[in-house]
Amino acid sequence: MAKIIVVTSGKGGVGKTTSAAAFSTGLATHGHKTVVIDFDVGLRNLDLIMGCERRVVYDLINVIHNEATLNQALIRDKRIDNLYILPASQTRDKDALNLEGVERVLEELKQQDFDYIVCDSPAGIEQGAQMALYFADEALIVTNPEVSSVRDSDRILGILQSKSRRAENSAEPVKEHLLITRYHPGRVSSGDMLSKEDILDILAIPLLGVIPESPAVLKASNAGTPVILDEKSDAGQAYDDAVARFLGEDRPLRFIKAEKRGLLNRLFG
Amino acid sequence: MGLLDIFRKPKTTSAQIAKERLQIVISHERAARGSPDYLPRLKQDILEVIRRYHAIADEQVELRVDKDGGREILELNVTLGNEAETPPR
Repeated sequence: MAKIIVVTSGKGGVGKTTSAAAFSTGLATHGHKTVVIDFDVGLRNLDLIMGCERRVVYDLINVIHNEATLNQALIRDKRIDNLYILPASQTRDKDALNLEGVERVLEELKQQDFDYIVCDSPAGIEQGAQMALYFADEALIVTNPEVSSVRDSDRILGILQSKSRRAENSAEPVKEHLLITRYHPGRVSSGDMLSKEDILDILAIPLLGVIPESPAVLKASNAGTPVILDEKSDAGQAYDDAVARFLGEDRPLRFIKAEKRGLLNRLFG
Repeated sequence: MGLLDIFRKPKTTSAQIAKERLQIVISHERAARGSPDYLPRLKQDILEVIRRYHAIADEQVELRVDKDGGREILELNVTLGNEAETPPR
C-alpha cells in the first residue's frame, strides 16, 4: 500500500523542494517505487531541481482536468530506476486544483504500485498547501533554525492536526517528522542560531534529520541534480541518513558539531 | 570567543532570546487555535458593556474556549482593579 508523504513548512524558501527532490530520490535509490508531485501550481520548480524541465509536456492540472492521462504526465527519472516526477502547471493558478481531482490522481498512482507518493507543498497555508497535505499519511516538516520558520512550522502542524483527511475522519493522526535544514553548527555553538534542541523543545515532534547549510545545495540545484546524489557532500549524506532513518534504520546524526578551531584562532578570533 | 571574553560575564545569546520569544508567541497561538473566530469581537463587546459600569483595561478581560471531552467551555475572566473608579458618564 502506497504511503503519501507531504513535504511542507508554511514558510517559503526553507528548502521544501530541495528536500522533496532529495528525499524522493533517496527513497527510490533504496529500491522503493516513488513519485514526487509538485503541488506549487503556477510556480513550478520541482522540475528544475530534478533536472527534467525540458521533458515536461503535461502536468498535474492536465491530469485532474482529464486533458491528459497520468502516464502521459509522469516523467521517468533518467538517473534512478523507480523514480517518477509529476510536475505542476506553470500557466494555471491554484484554483485549478480540487480535492476530488487530487484524490483521483493519488488513487491512480496507488494502483500503479507506487510505494511512496511524495507531495511537494507550496509555501503558505492556503488552498494549495492544504491540498498537498490533505491526503497525507506522514509529513516532513522542513524548518530552518530561525524564528519565523519555526513559528510557521507550528502553524502548519496545527493544520495537519485539524484539516487533514486523517484529522477529519478521526483516523490515526498524520505521522510527523521534523527535518531541520540550513543548520550551521558554528553559529549554534556561538549562540547566534537556534539549536536543534531548541527547535525540538518548541515543536515537540520527532527529529528525522538535520541538514547542514552547504554550498552543495546550490551547486546541485544549478545542475538540476538532487543533492542526495552528491554522495561526497555533507548535505547529500545528511539527506541519505534522513531517508535511511525514515525507512527504519538507526543512524546517528552527523554534521551537527562545530568544526574545531585552532588555539590561535580561539584566542584572537 | 576571544581572550578577553573570558573575563566578561556570560550574556544572553540571541538564540536564547529567539527561543524565549518563540515559546511565548507559540503558546498563545496554540491556545487560540481551534477557538471560534468571533472571539476577538465578542471580547470587544464584553469590554464595552463592562466599561459602562467600570473602567477596565483590555487585558483585564480574558476570554478563551476550552475543550473538556466532547464539550466546549467558554471561559470568561474579568479582573477588576483595586482602585475602583467611577464609571464614565
